[in-house]
Amino acid sequence: MSTTLRNQRAQTTGSASNDPTGTKTATARRDGRKWMAALFLAPTIGGIALFTLVPIVASVLLAFFRWDIISAPKFVGLDNFASIGADPTVRVAFLNTIMFVIVAVLLQLLVAISLAVLVQTRMPIWLRTFFRSAFFFPLVLSASSVSIIMSYLFNQNFGLVNKILGLVAIPPVPWLTSPAASMAVIVLVYVWQNFGFTFLLVLGGLSSIPTELYEASSIDGAGGWKQLRSITLPLLSPTLLVASVMAVISALQIFDQPYVITRGGPGDATRTAVMVIFESAFKQLDFGRASAIGVVLTLLIMAATAVQFRLSRRFVYYS
Amino acid sequence: MTTTIQNPTSTPEVPVRRRRPVSGRTIGRAAALVAGTVLTLGPVLWTVASALQSPSQSLGGGSLFTNGITFDAFKDVFHQVNMWLLLWNSVLVTGLVAAGQMFTAALAGYAFARIDFKGRGLLFGIVLATMMVPLQVTIVPVFMLIRGMGLSDTLLALILPALPTAFGTFLMRQYFLGLPPELAEAAAIDGASPLRTFRSVYVPLAWPGLAIVGILAFNYHWNEFFRPLIMTISEQNFTLPLGLVSLQGNMGTGSVATVLAGVVLSMIPAAVVFVFGQRYLREGLTAGSNK
Repeated sequence: MSTTLRNQRAQTTGSASNDPTGTKTATARRDGRKWMAALFLAPTIGGIALFTLVPIVASVLLAFFRWDIISAPKFVGLDNFASIGADPTVRVAFLNTIMFVIVAVLLQLLVAISLAVLVQTRMPIWLRTFFRSAFFFPLVLSASSVSIIMSYLFNQNFGLVNKILGLVAIPPVPWLTSPAASMAVIVLVYVWQNFGFTFLLVLGGLSSIPTELYEASSIDGAGGWKQLRSITLPLLSPTLLVASVMAVISALQIFDQPYVITRGGPGDATRTAVMVIFESAFKQLDFGRASAIGVVLTLLIMAATAVQFRLSRRFVYYS
Repeated sequence: MTTTIQNPTSTPEVPVRRRRPVSGRTIGRAAALVAGTVLTLGPVLWTVASALQSPSQSLGGGSLFTNGITFDAFKDVFHQVNMWLLLWNSVLVTGLVAAGQMFTAALAGYAFARIDFKGRGLLFGIVLATMMVPLQVTIVPVFMLIRGMGLSDTLLALILPALPTAFGTFLMRQYFLGLPPELAEAAAIDGASPLRTFRSVYVPLAWPGLAIVGILAFNYHWNEFFRPLIMTISEQNFTLPLGLVSLQGNMGTGSVATVLAGVVLSMIPAAVVFVFGQRYLREGLTAGSNK
């Protein structure tokens, strides 16, 4: 964020200094360029205003109304918020989402950091390229297709996962019918597809750590674990903050996987915040309530981001 | 810590240069990487292998090794759903959105990078801020808006709201900032109009940036599920991800091969982009987070 601002400032002063002011043609040209700016920005600014800014305002307003599209919207004050607070399904959905985010993001960071550190160790370049490609391939697949595949793999009676577990004499796990196991499946499927993103970020962070640090510390007799703790992780911490913030924001919006794999079940075991937004709006036609849940989710996303930046003051090391 | 095992033949996975003695730790690392690769690519390979089974086969009904290979499931999926229409809808939506985003992002990115006007910083700040608003929060009003425009249950409902791109604008602005401003001066001296300078000087140089915008848009919208689920009602307007999920719902656990054949077909374009545009994809995905 700070870099963008800095670039912007540099750019403003830069173009001001090479602006040939004073002559008549320059003024005319500047007028022409103003028109050009308006023309060039019209599709993006117009589109964002229409499809993002207006909807944000509308969404917040709508949260205070009851509206089923058919009859006229009716102002109900904070009723929508009171009703979602009292609704056990919504409460469970938010609790599920928060639990999911904590477990999934920690797992995602752990897997991504481990694999990135391993890929950075000494190995032929072609092999490193292969691993790097393999680990981020799931990222280009569609979450819904992946969920279809995984619902077959985790099928209790015929799925490959239980077959493999059977080889080591583990009895079949009711992956999609037990509350705890189905949540575990959602976490695993999500992390499987998304760790590659964190992996790419961590790989970028690792490559900016000077190798001399490792050389110097191994002369001092530091081994792998020691180096990981005292060099890699501290120098990687700014990258990890970004990775964690982005992972939390996207995990809080989970929808595709539980929708396709479990439809939120068994019971409400894998129902998430976005699923209840979807159901309130497009199943129950209660658009005000859906907006109110959306507002709560947005506040949750903002709070989670703020908490991470706050905590980062203690844990993140800037050289 | 560095107990060495004098047996260099035991680790074929990670060849160690200069015949260093292979340590237990090296073996452990190699094993972890191999396990990671198997777990990552395994489900994909299983999908392809299962799609090559007979469509009469239900889940758990044998494997590639016992049944051999057949392409019947690929034929069958075209009988079960209107696969051509799903493909066409997906190509249309994804193609138009990708091209449209390249167009709008090139224009807006250029204006933010190269044209001085009042309120530029503020406007750009607003554009950036919209990137942080989750789609699910705006979806209800957007749905109303689309309905009010008479576009509900059309492909335009998917295309139109996706044309402006805050992230693409951000990327293209960075890209144009990286190109030398002297080019514009030189073009002006040669008598080129500002529009001409943009079109003939800067756009041709900005293709790598535009490729990132296009590939990211393709990847996102080809796989998109949430918006099509809400915006389309009739099957003739379904895109591939939606069509495949509804096919799976109809099929249950019977004829897994047919569903997976559809999944494999839908993965092919994504895999092609992955192979040929991986560098752009990587650059684009990590672009927003580089400090």
